[in-house]
Amino acid sequence: MPVADRAVEARPGLGVGVSAPRVDGTPKALGAFAYGSDLWVEGMLFGGTLRSPHPSARIVSIDVSGAIVLPGVRRVMTAADLPAKRRYGLDVADQPVLAEDVVRYVGEPVAIVAADTPETAREAVAAIRVEYEPLPAVTDMEAALRPDAPRVSELGNVLRHIRIVHGDADAEADVWVEGYYEIGMQDQAPLGPEAGLAIPAADGGVDLHVSTQWLHSDLWQIAPCLGLPEDRVRLHLAGVGGAFGAREDLHMQIHACLLALATGRPVKFSYGREESFHGHVHRHPARMWFRTGARRDGTLVNTQARILLDGGAYTSSSPAVILNASTFAAGPYEMPNARIEGTAVYTNNPPAGAMRGFGAVQACFAHEAQMDRLAAALGMDPLELRRRNLLHTGSVLPTGQVIHGSAPAREVLERCVALPGPADPAPGERDPLLLPGGAGNVGRGEHVRRGVGYALGYKNIAYSEGFDDSCEAVVRLECDPDGVVASVHTAAVEVGQGLHTVLAQIVRTELGVDRVVQLQADTAVGSAGSTSASRQTVMAGGAVELACSRVREHLFARAAARAGAGAGFQGPFRLSDGHVFSGDTPLGRVEDLLDTPLEATEVYRHRPTNRLDGRGQGEPHLMFAFGAMRAVVDVDEDLGLVRVVQLAGVQDVGRALNPRGVASQIEGGAAQGLGLALLEEIQLRDGHIANASFTDYLLPTILDMPPVVSDVVEEPEPGSPYGAKGVGEGSTIVATAAVAAALRAATGRELNRVPVTPDDLAGLAGPRTSAGPAPVPDVPGPRPVYEYR
Amino acid sequence: MKVYRPSSLGEALDVRAAHPEAVPIAGGTDLMVELNFGRRRPEAFVDISRLPELGVIRREGDTVSLGAGVPYARIIRELPDQVALVQAARTVGSPQIRTRGTVGGNLGTGSPAGDALPVLAAYDARIVLASARGTRRISWRDFLVGPKRTALAPDELIVAAEWDVPQGPGSFSKVGTRNAMVIAIAGLSLQVDEAARGVRVALGSVGPTILRAPDAEAFGAGALDESGAWANPEAGVPEAALARFGELVAAAAKPIDDVRGTAAYRRHACGVLARRALTWALADRRLPAS
Repeated sequence: MPVADRAVEARPGLGVGVSAPRVDGTPKALGAFAYGSDLWVEGMLFGGTLRSPHPSARIVSIDVSGAIVLPGVRRVMTAADLPAKRRYGLDVADQPVLAEDVVRYVGEPVAIVAADTPETAREAVAAIRVEYEPLPAVTDMEAALRPDAPRVSELGNVLRHIRIVHGDADAEADVWVEGYYEIGMQDQAPLGPEAGLAIPAADGGVDLHVSTQWLHSDLWQIAPCLGLPEDRVRLHLAGVGGAFGAREDLHMQIHACLLALATGRPVKFSYGREESFHGHVHRHPARMWFRTGARRDGTLVNTQARILLDGGAYTSSSPAVILNASTFAAGPYEMPNARIEGTAVYTNNPPAGAMRGFGAVQACFAHEAQMDRLAAALGMDPLELRRRNLLHTGSVLPTGQVIHGSAPAREVLERCVALPGPADPAPGERDPLLLPGGAGNVGRGEHVRRGVGYALGYKNIAYSEGFDDSCEAVVRLECDPDGVVASVHTAAVEVGQGLHTVLAQIVRTELGVDRVVQLQADTAVGSAGSTSASRQTVMAGGAVELACSRVREHLFARAAARAGAGAGFQGPFRLSDGHVFSGDTPLGRVEDLLDTPLEATEVYRHRPTNRLDGRGQGEPHLMFAFGAMRAVVDVDEDLGLVRVVQLAGVQDVGRALNPRGVASQIEGGAAQGLGLALLEEIQLRDGHIANASFTDYLLPTILDMPPVVSDVVEEPEPGSPYGAKGVGEGSTIVATAAVAAALRAATGRELNRVPVTPDDLAGLAGPRTSAGPAPVPDVPGPRPVYEYR
Repeated sequence: MKVYRPSSLGEALDVRAAHPEAVPIAGGTDLMVELNFGRRRPEAFVDISRLPELGVIRREGDTVSLGAGVPYARIIRELPDQVALVQAARTVGSPQIRTRGTVGGNLGTGSPAGDALPVLAAYDARIVLASARGTRRISWRDFLVGPKRTALAPDELIVAAEWDVPQGPGSFSKVGTRNAMVIAIAGLSLQVDEAARGVRVALGSVGPTILRAPDAEAFGAGALDESGAWANPEAGVPEAALARFGELVAAAAKPIDDVRGTAAYRRHACGVLARRALTWALADRRLPAS
């Protein structure tokens, strides 16, 4: 088959809590791992997509005749050719499979082709003639709220509004600080662009091999658009080259399946980088107005926050992102009174959706800047101000939710403060590559100022607002000629974060078996939910743990039955050294008990959450993970160039199932947060992406990314498998805010927008200004929750 | 698409004469990007990466001749005393790009962001062009005629850049938003010419093509004169003169706003880099000759 290794065998002897080596590490390092773009099958066709060049336009006519006549072109499809449901979406099915009457953003798919070669597919796309009548476009999130703004969506331009009113929202404080903050549009920039291969099946259905984050969510959206029952659409995970939220939404899935079914041939899509920038959702750009009030002694009294997120042209996961940005707006601090108004709007910009940190990144940038500003106004040490107000178990959040689980914010902060600082070589001995400007040879250390900044943040783990969040796992224990082997089958997606390694560790711990084989993730098993929201270690880990204990029960029952009723069991059953024991009495070798395999299927669900009421009160979140980061930066004051010298991060992980994996997540997340602070922005010009390539969308290089020192706080989360919390997002949330704080400390400048530019740091551009908070839309209460089906 | 693969310069020039539509390609670090983005679709290529004549570095007296096909990695290894050029070579792309990319490519593309070009301008380099008709040498200034436009005739190949090695310190600096692997927002090369008592400054990425800063150059040379620093390196130049020098260099820039940076920042950066580069050169003049 044209797919990645169907099963990965784990190395023996490494259970939960150990830094087991990555099961996919060696093949990835050797270049032997097959990613989605490597998919290949004899006789396949290549797909291509014609995309809208306008942010808003009416489609007057589409003429595909020039494309169809090209030799090697097998099929051209437009909205007129769609066989069934015409729209799809994660939350609301509002995104056209192919644009019908209008296009709402630059890059919206208008037509698709299948051809014998990628080159022919490209030529065919170029040969399609579309006549557009440009319409007025809304490309500014504040303009979208004006009553006279053109309506982007049939539903109006307010995508979702969240109002949280807590305590006495008008409570007075001794000291107030005000701030306005902006965040640019970040791209997830997974190194593996979107790719997949649809293969028509004999039963009239289709097998889709694809790089995604949630196979079943894809399935539920794809099948109705093909007019097929779900059991005739089978998804198989192709190797995923990073995701970071970009793969939560569909990209080429429906297109490939439609063309495969229409041509009767396998069809592969593989986006290039430029198309990838147009083909997936991005992080929400934000504008945020904050007022924070405290008593003279530094006790926080009141937060007034107005948050505006640009959701772009379609809904995607914006409803949940604005929920997060709003519910975390007050930061990881006790805030007795609050009024938080969060709005996500539709615009004719490219759609925004999930990205690592998911709303909490935006909120953290604002609340941490406010804390530093408040500390300055109070004449207090910024760390002391934070210490005085930290959340803890039992704290009440602005939503009224009480934190019942672990909340070691204090420990996280103190360990971060205690991490060793950078060991600098003496002046003059420093490698010039490590000065601001790096390889550019722009300075010999002139006017370099150092700054240190801290940020603290927190976020929910797993899905919120009453979503029925679940994961299914099948675990099978059997004996083959090499001995006992366990296999794990889930639909949980390994995106490069190390899930397979952790699941194998869980199986080894639970079943005492060395050899663990992971079957390829597919839709033959039940949904695993998404690899997002830092949830998969908890959810897939929980399901595998449950299935393992069921298998163990079967094994013990078999051992007991074979030992016979007269065996006189000496105590609880246990597994040790490949034997089943009752107390200290061996009942038999596991190997001998497995003349037929034992298998169990279990579904893990977390405890229910619920929706917010009209005042934003409720219990929307399951559990919380806290993170802290210290950034040390050197800034060339004249040139406004930066070298981040060190990042020191601490995360609250409940329990580290694989400590090295956790450290890697902290490091990778920090790099992504640093990128947002300094470099990474999709530059939009009237709805057009001006830098859709890695030439001009700048990711941090090794000369931009400093060494990361990290530590974890392990306070088990009650009710969570092994007490674990997710670890994927924490460092991203705090890294951006920490780097910004350090830059402010180095330069004394306000720096209220990220990415910070050289112009900002050199004093050529002042802080961003605003005429005042955006008007609050007259939309009562929050909209209904996430409905994925 | 056709690819001609001549094995000598003579063969290559015959191909050029017969097929002027064929685009010369060496390292391909620019052209392949253009191709991949669909911005260019030449009918044919001439692969000049295997021509031995283009891979030669020659020194005759005080003159260096750098073959157009010499990659940046070799420049760094083999021309350590051409300090500014080596500094420019180090800022080019990644190690992989430096292994493939050539100065000939920078010249052929003629982008104002070509990292080696400000150095060639500060060296007052001559570009050696050959065709089946013969060989000619023209100044860098006459070669780089506009943004991505050069004086290369359809049947010519760039064979080499050559320059008279200036006696005196020089440097190259490049500002980009990222600390490595970045296209220049501003680039500056400064070269002191002790023999002519001159200071030369060339700017990249801040105008339609590579710019020299004649007013600043005259002022800089004059400042060294005034303070007696030409004769006595210890004399130095007053802070105010350094500042004025920076201002004049900034004034020579003709920058625009684009996706990589603002015009205001580019101009500002030119001033800062100029002042720093002159300061370094003055300091380096004080060092005992090695």
